[in-house]
This record gives sequence, structure tokens and C-alpha cells, in this order.
Amino acid sequence: MDIHELQKIVHKTRDSRRTQTLPKYSPAERDTLIKKYHPDHRESAYRPIKFGANAGELTVRELAALLEGESPVPDDLDLTPAHTVDVLVIGGGGAGCAAALHAYAQGAKVLLATKLRLGDSNTVMAQGGIQVAITNEDSPIQHFLDTLKGGHMKNDHELLKVMVEEGPSVAKWLLDLGVLFDRDSDGNLHVKKGGGSSKPRLLTCSDYTGLEIMRVLKDEVLNQKIQLLEFSAAVELLSDRGGACTGAVLRDLDNKRLVVVAAKTVILATGGIGRLHIQGFPTSNHYGATGDGLAMAYRMGAKLLQVDTFQYHPTGAAYPEQLIGALVTEGIRSEGGHLVNARGERFVNELDTRDVVSSSIIRECEEGRGIRTMTGRTGVWLDTPLLDVEQGPGTVEKHFPAMVRQYKRYGIDITKDPVLTYPTLHYQNGGVQIDVNGKSGVRNLFVAGETSGGLHGRNRLMGNSLLDLMVFGRRSGTTAAAQAKSIPQGELTLEHVKRFRADARAHGVSGGITSPMLFPAYAKKE
Amino acid sequence: MAIESVDKQNVIDQEEVLRPRMVSVEIAGKTYQVPEGITVIKALWYTGQEVIRGAGCLGGFCGACATYYRTKDDPKVRTCLACSTAVEDGMSFTMVPPFPARKATYQMADLKDPKQDLFTLYPEAPLCRNCNACTEACPQSIDVREGVWRAVFGDFKAVSEMFMDCVMCGLCVPVCIADIAPNLVALYASRAQGVFFTEKPERLHHRIEEIEHGRYDTEWKRILKMNEQELTKVCAELK
Repeated sequence: MDIHELQKIVHKTRDSRRTQTLPKYSPAERDTLIKKYHPDHRESAYRPIKFGANAGELTVRELAALLEGESPVPDDLDLTPAHTVDVLVIGGGGAGCAAALHAYAQGAKVLLATKLRLGDSNTVMAQGGIQVAITNEDSPIQHFLDTLKGGHMKNDHELLKVMVEEGPSVAKWLLDLGVLFDRDSDGNLHVKKGGGSSKPRLLTCSDYTGLEIMRVLKDEVLNQKIQLLEFSAAVELLSDRGGACTGAVLRDLDNKRLVVVAAKTVILATGGIGRLHIQGFPTSNHYGATGDGLAMAYRMGAKLLQVDTFQYHPTGAAYPEQLIGALVTEGIRSEGGHLVNARGERFVNELDTRDVVSSSIIRECEEGRGIRTMTGRTGVWLDTPLLDVEQGPGTVEKHFPAMVRQYKRYGIDITKDPVLTYPTLHYQNGGVQIDVNGKSGVRNLFVAGETSGGLHGRNRLMGNSLLDLMVFGRRSGTTAAAQAKSIPQGELTLEHVKRFRADARAHGVSGGITSPMLFPAYAKKE
Repeated sequence: MAIESVDKQNVIDQEEVLRPRMVSVEIAGKTYQVPEGITVIKALWYTGQEVIRGAGCLGGFCGACATYYRTKDDPKVRTCLACSTAVEDGMSFTMVPPFPARKATYQMADLKDPKQDLFTLYPEAPLCRNCNACTEACPQSIDVREGVWRAVFGDFKAVSEMFMDCVMCGLCVPVCIADIAPNLVALYASRAQGVFFTEKPERLHHRIEEIEHGRYDTEWKRILKMNEQELTKVCAELK
């Protein structure tokens, strides 16, 4: 059927849906739904990790292979450093830039190395906003509890307390750098309500929050003249004989040469994992989101947490084919957009947590109430025109210019017609275990942002990611710089790689992939 | 994720989705057949090309994939982001390499008169000759030329609003006959707007003070003492 024919039921049922309120699921109902439909519970997608700090623990097959993968660095590499610095920051997204700026502000000699360009990251795409508890009705404690509930009570309390308490001060830091958050008429910061949150606390820059923050941080890194190596992907860490981190090996992507960096402290801020296309899911992630930091930290002996759980954002585009995986921001649901099945019915409280909403979309599709495209995809409608009906014409255009623009390129007017959506691989909930200052289990190795784990439990709340980046970027940058002042540069060796290789052999692992993989293999070679 | 149980009625089966038609495109001067409607960057991958300089967020936000293109028989060369533009038959395209624009560096907090300082940092900014090429080059449909003038006249607020959509692809820069980098001028003006000409949000500052003065300490103690069962109960009551 023509897409417009199928969309008719959404238009037809809109008025009757407007007065309907759907209760959120009880904890028991949530559990049942998630266990039955969430991709985290597809047993066949998982296997135990064969060796290393997390030996025996389950993770998705794609990640297990990456963690057990072969280092691209030969044992006998000449380790004469090309650069010697206090703090090496690996990754140029939100966490990396924040860490570099704070380390630099402490007087450290900082080098920021990044696989693509400065700012190419998931951060730049964050549309929903940043959660900061600032209203009178709200408090850091409310924020803490909401996040804990969203994370299925599995969040690290200490990390979480730090994040919610430092939210207001990082918001001030961003404002002082010139980030333009949306305002109320009285000059206060405007707050929106996000999925899974009991109070409105999302600070936004229209639907370009991540872009605005990234533009400003990038500009600031350049203004401070922090040493920068772009198109330089970290492929291995370096250790001294005691197992502490002492630097990294980068690959210059232009001439393929390996570049050795000696550093007193290293901050891994390499982001997420979406481009591994776990379980064949499309992803909203950027081109370089291949879990490099996880692989490198794991070889070094760092312990990973909760790497069996991933976030599938409920509303990835399922049509047209060109937009597959791209996000339709949660902001649309925050402002009242309904999810509607092929029968024209709502089937979940749209503001429930992402895992619940995703699971319920998968349920609708698996039980035959989805809409199918001829490329074999299924999805449900997101009623975008409803926002204009509820809040007046022009609302969608005004609040979601990025979204309108994205669809317009394919001749779809989201202010007039609903869009087809299905969950898309969005976020790695777990990662490298850290303490409140971003310290991993490996001495002198810090981790910040999506690469770290523990903070978000088994499901991250909307708007907590940008906050995580800024808070733990700051803490790791500040601490790594301070620590660098008090220690000498350690010896550069590949001892840990040798150990890892021996371990792999002992466990019969050979002929696996080379990791980090750096990029997905999209170029068609025949 | 093919799901067989979907009602046969509910299938989008428009012709173009049923069987992708192959179209002829010219990439940097060489002709290839690619499926119609895929994005420009996917067409590059489809034809076996590795893209590293030129691929970023793949979601239309980072500006890495700035591209020049022309449609069949049209002499007009246009600009787009390769990750968010569909190919069509007869299209000709080439990715745009990074342009060596000069970015001024500044210590934002130390500026004394940011509207005047614009002319020291970017002395070329007021030399705009109104050719409008920057506006025409913008894949985000920003009125770039107007923005440059607004910046020059000190209307930083307008600039910040107009350029909120700017992905810093830099396509406005090589076309400027006055050697202005409009995106960088706008970034400066927007940041200055935020730092110098925006109200201080009282409520935020109040909250920071509350936290510093330990207003929540007692409540924290109570919460952090709870066992998982008690916490679960508290969380379950949240609406």
C-alpha cells in the first residue's frame, strides 16, 4: 500500500487518542516485557568472554570477539616516543574535549589524539538535552532516584551522586564558555521533561544541544592551542613493567605509520560501540563508534562492567531506507507525540524509559501490529503532526528544525505526516569500571564518557549522557593532570600485550579479528 | 529484522522500495551504477571507496561530509552533506576537501568589548561584497550573508539564533570573494552572545549555592543508607 494510505489511520485516530492517558507499567510488568522483547535478553546473541578480567562473563558475540581480538602492534615495535606529554587524551568528542580543557587548565601539557576530526562523535548528535536538576520542584536527589529507577537499580551510587550534584556547576561552566541554552522569559534556563524522569530537567539548545556544546568545546580547545592530532587513532596502550599505563600507540590514518606517545596519564574517551552493529541492528552512532577504548583497556587488564547491556533508542527511523538507524529525537515524545501501531492504537506510555518503550515497539511488531516496509523492516508510527494540533501550528517546525530538515530531504513533511520508527542501537550502558575521578583499575589510566561503565546501570536516561561527559570529563581531566604532576614518566613497554597474547594462546584463541577495528567495513570490495 | 507475522495489509510497497532501480552517477569524474535513493556517502561505499576524511557522525550534524554536486543537465553546482542526500540518476558529485580557513584564537573571558573585538579578530568580516554566494552554498539553508552583516552591526543575538543550525561544514568559506569565514565569524559572535550578553540564570546559581552549602546532605544520608529493597520502593513511588 502507498505510505499515505497507511498513514491515514494515524490521522483518523488522532482526536480520540488525545484524551487518552496510558499508565506507566508496574515494575513487574516492565520486567516481564523487557525479558520477553528487549534485545538484551536474546540469549543466542550472547557468549562468555574466554579470558581476561571478565573471563566467563556474558556479552554480545560482536563485543566478545573485539575484546579477544589481536593487537595490531608487533611485539618488537620501536617505542621511541614521537611525543612526550603529561596527559594524553584519546578521543575528541564531548568527554575528550572536556577532559583536555580541564587538564590544560591545571597547567598540564596535554595532547588530544582523535581518530577522525576534533568533535566527530556521538556528542554532536545529541538532540534531547542535558539533565540538570535546577527547578524548585526538583533536586539532585530526585535526579538520582529517577536515574536509579531507569537503570534498574544497578547504577553505582557513588558515581551517580557525583554526577547529579555536579550537574548545576557544569551547566555554569558551559554557560561561561558561551553555550546558549534555551531560556524562559525571566532569563532562567528553560527545562523540558525527558523520558523516565519525574520532573522537567532537560536543558536544551533547541534540538541541537550536542552540536552547540560540541561547537563551543571544539572552539575552546583550538583557542587554548591544546596540541591536537586528528586522524590519529589509538590502537594500543603502553605499560611499564608494573602494569601501569605510560602512553599509547597511535596510527596516523593518512600515512598508516604508528606513532608512539609517552604520557604520565592517559584518558580514554573513545565513546561507544554502535558501529559494531550488535545483533544486526542499525545504529544512530557516528562512523567511528567501534568500541576501541574497551578493547585497549581490556588488553591492559581493566575490568569492564555491565557490558551485556545496550540501549536501543526506541525511535530510529525505519523509513525511508536512507535514514535507517537515524534518530527521531525523544523530544518529540517529550512534547506529547504518540506511538501508534498499525491499528491506530497507542500501546505504551511514550515517556516510559527507553528500554520499556523499545521493548513494547518490538512487541507490537512481533505480534503483527507493526507496519512493514518492502526492505524487510518493520516499525510503528510516531505521530509528529499531533504536536501542531496540541500546541498550535508551527510547533514542530520551531522546536525540531533539525528533524524537519532531515525528513524534508526525502520529501517527507513530518509536520503533516507521521514517521515510521523502530529501535536503533544507541548506547553502550556499561563500560570500563571507574571511580569518581575516572580512574580505571589500571594505574594512570582514566576513562570518561560512554567508554566508562557503572554510572547508568542497565539503562541510561535521556539527557544523562551529555551530563556524564561533562562531569566525568572534568573530573578525569583535573585528576589526571594533578596525578601527572607527582609522578615521573614511566617506562614504555608492550609487556601487557605479550601477556595478553600468551593468555589468548593458552585459551586456544587464535585467528580472531584485529582490534580495535577503527571503522566498520562498509566499502564494498569484490 | 524481517517479521513475517505483520498483517499483509500493513506493508509500504511503493515501487521504489520494492526494487531499487539502478541509476548512473558520476563520482569525481568516473561513472558508476548505484541503487537509486541511497545516500551520497553510501554510494561512495557501494562503489568500493574508503571514506575516512569525509565521514563523521553520518547523521547530518558534524559537517564532515561536505559535498559538491550537480544534477543531470543542470549547470548549477550545489552543495550538500553526503550522509543526508539521496543520489539520483545523472547526478555528479565530489567530496569537498578541508579548506585552509584562518580561525582567530581568543580568550573569551578576557575580551573587553567583544562587538568591537570582532574587527580585530576577523578584520575581513566587514568587507562583505554582498555576492550572496555563502548563503547559496549553505546546505543548512542559513541566510549566511545576512548573518555576517548582523555580526558586523553587532546584532550577535540574531547571529546566534540564525546559526544554531550551523554544522560547521565550512562550505560558505571557499566561495567568499572577501576571504571571510562566515561560520567562524558566527561561532565567535554566538559564543560572545552567550558569555557577555545573556542574562545570568538565577535559579541555576541558587541551586549551586544550595549544593555547596549542604542543603541536601541530610536527605542524601537518608537515601544512601537505604538497602536495595527500600530504594526500589522509593523509586517505585516516583511518577
